[in-house]
Amino acid sequence: MAYVSSGVACSHVPVLGVASDTGITGDDYYGPIFKGFEFSKQWMEKEKPDVIFLVYNDHCTAFDARIIPTFALGCAEQYAPADEGWGPRPVPIVQGHQALSAHIAQSLILDSFDITVINEMEVDHGLTVPLTMMFGKPDEWPCPVVPLAVNVVQYPAPLGSRCYALGKAIRKAIESFPDDLKVCVFGTGGMSHQLQHERAGLINSAWDDRFMNLLVNEPDKGSMIEHVEYLREAGSEGIELVMWYVMRGALNENVEEMHRFYHVPASNTAVGHLILENR
Amino acid sequence: MSNKNYDDIPGTIVFDSEQSARGFHLNQFCISLRLQKNRDAFKADPEKYIDNYPMTAEQRAAALNQEWNKLLELGGNIYYTSKLAAYHGINFQELAGLMTGMGSTAYRKMMVSGGRSIEGNRYKSEWQDK
Repeated sequence: MAYVSSGVACSHVPVLGVASDTGITGDDYYGPIFKGFEFSKQWMEKEKPDVIFLVYNDHCTAFDARIIPTFALGCAEQYAPADEGWGPRPVPIVQGHQALSAHIAQSLILDSFDITVINEMEVDHGLTVPLTMMFGKPDEWPCPVVPLAVNVVQYPAPLGSRCYALGKAIRKAIESFPDDLKVCVFGTGGMSHQLQHERAGLINSAWDDRFMNLLVNEPDKGSMIEHVEYLREAGSEGIELVMWYVMRGALNENVEEMHRFYHVPASNTAVGHLILENR
Repeated sequence: MSNKNYDDIPGTIVFDSEQSARGFHLNQFCISLRLQKNRDAFKADPEKYIDNYPMTAEQRAAALNQEWNKLLELGGNIYYTSKLAAYHGINFQELAGLMTGMGSTAYRKMMVSGGRSIEGNRYKSEWQDK
C-alpha cells in the first residue's frame, strides 16, 4: 500500500528559481538561502520518495482570471514548465503519476472534497521552485509529482482548517492506493510577505516563527488562524501559508522536526522551510 | 467602505471577489502580456491593443500611464499588474519601490534590513498621520 512518509514546507519565491537557473546561488545575497537547503538536499537523497504530492498555487499562469478553482488536482501524464513572461524555466518537465492522481481525485470527491480535475496544465514557479530547492539541478526530476493547485490569489483562499482537513483526506486517499509507494507531501508558499500597494515589503518574523511552531506542534490550533490575521500580520500574499496546512494534515498528529530554516529576504519575501517526518 | 473585516489594513488592497469582478478585463489585458506575440502587438500600437480589452476609461488610462497603485484600487491584482510592469522592464522589487513611493534603492535596503516592520502597520488608524 502507498503511505505518506514525510512533509516539506518551502517558500516558492520566483527569484530563487532565477538564482538557480543563472548560477548565482553562491553570491552574498542568495548564498545564505541556498545554504539553508543543503541539509534538505542530503535529506532528500536518503528519503527517496517514490512520488511527491505537491501543494502550490498557480500565479495566473495555468488559470488566469477566467477560471479560479479553489482546489485543482493535476491528473496529467506530465506538466511542462510554463512561460511566465521571460521564457519557460530551463528545468526538466515534471512527470505526473496518473494512476495515483486518478485514485486521489476519486477518493477525495467521495470523501466530500469536490476538487477540480485538471488533465492538462503547465506549471509555474510555484511548483518548480520548491523542486529546485530540494533537488538542485538534476537532468530529470527524481520522481513523479502529483500537483494540487490552491487558489490563494483571489480572496478568500480556502480556510486553514479546510486545508488541514483536505490534507487528512489526501492521506486517506494515498493510503488506500494499492501500489507500494512512499509519498512525500510538499506545502509551498509563504512566509510573511506583501507584494502590493503602499505596505509592500511587510515582513513579520515573530509571527512566522509562531506560525511554524503551531504548524509543527499544535496544528489543530494553528489551522484555526483566521484569514484576517494572515492578511494583517503576514501580509496580503502571506495568506498562501494556508497551503502548508494541506501538507500538515497529511502527516501524523505527532511529527519530528528534522530541519527548519528561515531567512529574510528573498526579493520581497521571508523564506521559510521545514522538513517533518511522521513520528 | 464596507464592513469587511480586512478593510482596516493600511496600504493594502485585498483582491476579493468584488475587486476581481471589477478588474476582470484589466487583469486579462495584463496577463496577456505574458506572451511575446502579445507584447509585440502592444508595443506596435498600445492604444489599439488595449482596446481589445473592454475595461473602463479610468482603468485604461491607469494602465497606459503606469499608475501602479491605482491599478490595484481599480481591480487589478499584483500578479497580473506585475506582467505589465515586466513589459516595461520593471521587476517585482522595483515595482514595490514604486508602489511604496520609496524608490528601488531605499526599498531594497529596507528588505535587506529585515523588511517593513509590522509595528505601526497593522491598522489604518496607525497611518492617519502619514
